[in-house]
Amino acid sequence: MPLANTSTSVPVVVDESKCIAEKGCTVCVDVCPLDVLRISELTGKAYMKYDECWYCMPCETDCPTGAVTVNIPYLLK
Amino acid sequence: MDEIRSGISEVQCDVLVMGGGTAGPMAAIRAKQKNPSASVILVEKANVKRSGAISMGMDGLNNTVIPGYATPEQYTKEITIANDGIVDQAAVYKYAQNCFSMIQELDRFGIRFQKNQNGDYDVKKVHHIGTYVLPMPNGGTVKKALYRQLRREHVLISNRFMATRLLTGRDGRVAGAICVNTRTAEFLVIRAKAVILCMGAAGRLGLPTSGYLFGTYENAANSGDGYAMAYHAGAGLANLECYQINPLIKDYNGPSCAYVAGPFGGYTANNEGRRFIECDYWSGQMMQEFYNELQSGKGPVFLKLNHLAPETISEIERVLHNVERPTRGRFHASRHTDYRQAMIEMHVSEIGFCSGHSASGVYVDEFARTTVAGLYAAGDMASVPHNYMLGAFTNGAFAAEDAIKFVADVGFADYDAAAVTAEQERVLAPTRREDGIPPNQIEYKARRLVNDYLQPPKVTRKMELGQQRLAEVREDARTSMYVRDSHELMRGLEVQSILDCADMAAAASLYRTESRWGLYHNRVEYPGMDDENWFCHSILTKGADGKPTLRKQPVKPYVIAIEEHERDAYYRQRIHASEAAE
Repeated sequence: MPLANTSTSVPVVVDESKCIAEKGCTVCVDVCPLDVLRISELTGKAYMKYDECWYCMPCETDCPTGAVTVNIPYLLK
Repeated sequence: MDEIRSGISEVQCDVLVMGGGTAGPMAAIRAKQKNPSASVILVEKANVKRSGAISMGMDGLNNTVIPGYATPEQYTKEITIANDGIVDQAAVYKYAQNCFSMIQELDRFGIRFQKNQNGDYDVKKVHHIGTYVLPMPNGGTVKKALYRQLRREHVLISNRFMATRLLTGRDGRVAGAICVNTRTAEFLVIRAKAVILCMGAAGRLGLPTSGYLFGTYENAANSGDGYAMAYHAGAGLANLECYQINPLIKDYNGPSCAYVAGPFGGYTANNEGRRFIECDYWSGQMMQEFYNELQSGKGPVFLKLNHLAPETISEIERVLHNVERPTRGRFHASRHTDYRQAMIEMHVSEIGFCSGHSASGVYVDEFARTTVAGLYAAGDMASVPHNYMLGAFTNGAFAAEDAIKFVADVGFADYDAAAVTAEQERVLAPTRREDGIPPNQIEYKARRLVNDYLQPPKVTRKMELGQQRLAEVREDARTSMYVRDSHELMRGLEVQSILDCADMAAAASLYRTESRWGLYHNRVEYPGMDDENWFCHSILTKGADGKPTLRKQPVKPYVIAIEEHERDAYYRQRIHASEAAE
């Protein structure tokens, strides 16, 4: 059976004007226990690649520039 | 990014610790403290800096035994009673005797505990009988403090490696483990003289009511991999029918009341705003009363704080919204719920395995030894009941102390190279298909079936149907699962752990034909405890046919005697109408 591309809104939001991933920072990616964040090859900024969030907050807390915000996933909001 | 590469390398060490959450780092630290020349590797599928149940921190120690507040004898007695007597006391007693020195060690690491004006630990009473809860309003520093110690002791850390199977020698002794990189799918074989499993709870077993796969009470990374690995290596698992179920804030699935709000005067109430249980300490009996109220005309159940002074509520919020699960304040803000205004709706969590709050797990003795030589287990996945964070630390240290002695006398066990090849084939099968079913759909279906058929109240016919349906899903996973990258491969492996745990939950629940531990093992057709036939552990192992097989194991003679009149202290939980009205 072929796969569909079903869209989903992700809880972790990155403010690209504050994110310094293009300078080599990978803190949020490193600290996520579910390993769901990545640095975009297109923009050079961090983003949530997989909608698998425990809304635990190390990504937001440890971000050196305050670029990351964790929202409550819509399904349980 | 996340591409699937081929490759395999092999390393070796004296002591291999699996899992970088709570018990694991402490086991690794203690192994190096005991023998600085021993090689110790700590493997973690995420990154030890923020992995595990205490990723953000911990808001309290729920089970301290601090001189002046509690004694090891009293604690052992209370835990025995709370678990309906099915406890090998030696491990609980040893924990109780040693946990105070562990608190002092953690204090030296820079982890902060609540102290009174005299500088003494400020212990609170939450349990039915004794006083054991030590608040940690500034407990957000735990992981950072552990990481400093890991660096200081020169522990070798392997992040992003997910252990998939243990290797055993021809004599049955542990020989090491097979791991796969979660970013590249490359394999790492680690030969080790001893292995300590600290891989957390099986927290992704049931499906939360929100339907969000990762909206679990436990850190959703804790998918039961340790239980599955121990099972496939031939270790015994104890009393898996004694599930973990928690009373939580509905939908948020965060902890609610007993340990933080309880000492401030908060409590669990029904829709009339009245208490219905005497003691909010989490036990199976308390959960049964909670469930009964939830299902009754007085349901649902609420967390009641709105009778407290505003400054008290602010203090509770400072802890609940900052330390352990800090997104909780955001949840309440988006729901427009405020502890000051009204009671907050609660519910029961999905089912899981976790000795942290409950009792089941990989069977261990007081040295954290499993039934496989050289293999240890500690923390939420090991069978020492009501472990909590302090139990994970203390038992992790016990495991390391014994393992360091064990490795001094043995060489590496030889393993069968064919086992590695077979495991590579099993792991990589979902990468070798053109299309198929993605792991998230297989996981959703498996966990929905767990809810439909395995969660209590437990009914024989339903559980048998669950076994049939789960077997179909397992077959789908084996023949049709399809992953596109190494991250999805990790999720696909986790699904297989979840399916193993579901099979074990069903088999163990069907085996024990009585009810025990309140809601955790409420067998509808077998109401009440049957001490004559079932005052024993159930031990689950992997049978010759590859399926779970069970046997009875006697409860070891008590170290601390329980008087006849003390045994039912946890049954008298319900507050009767006349008392509640007063």
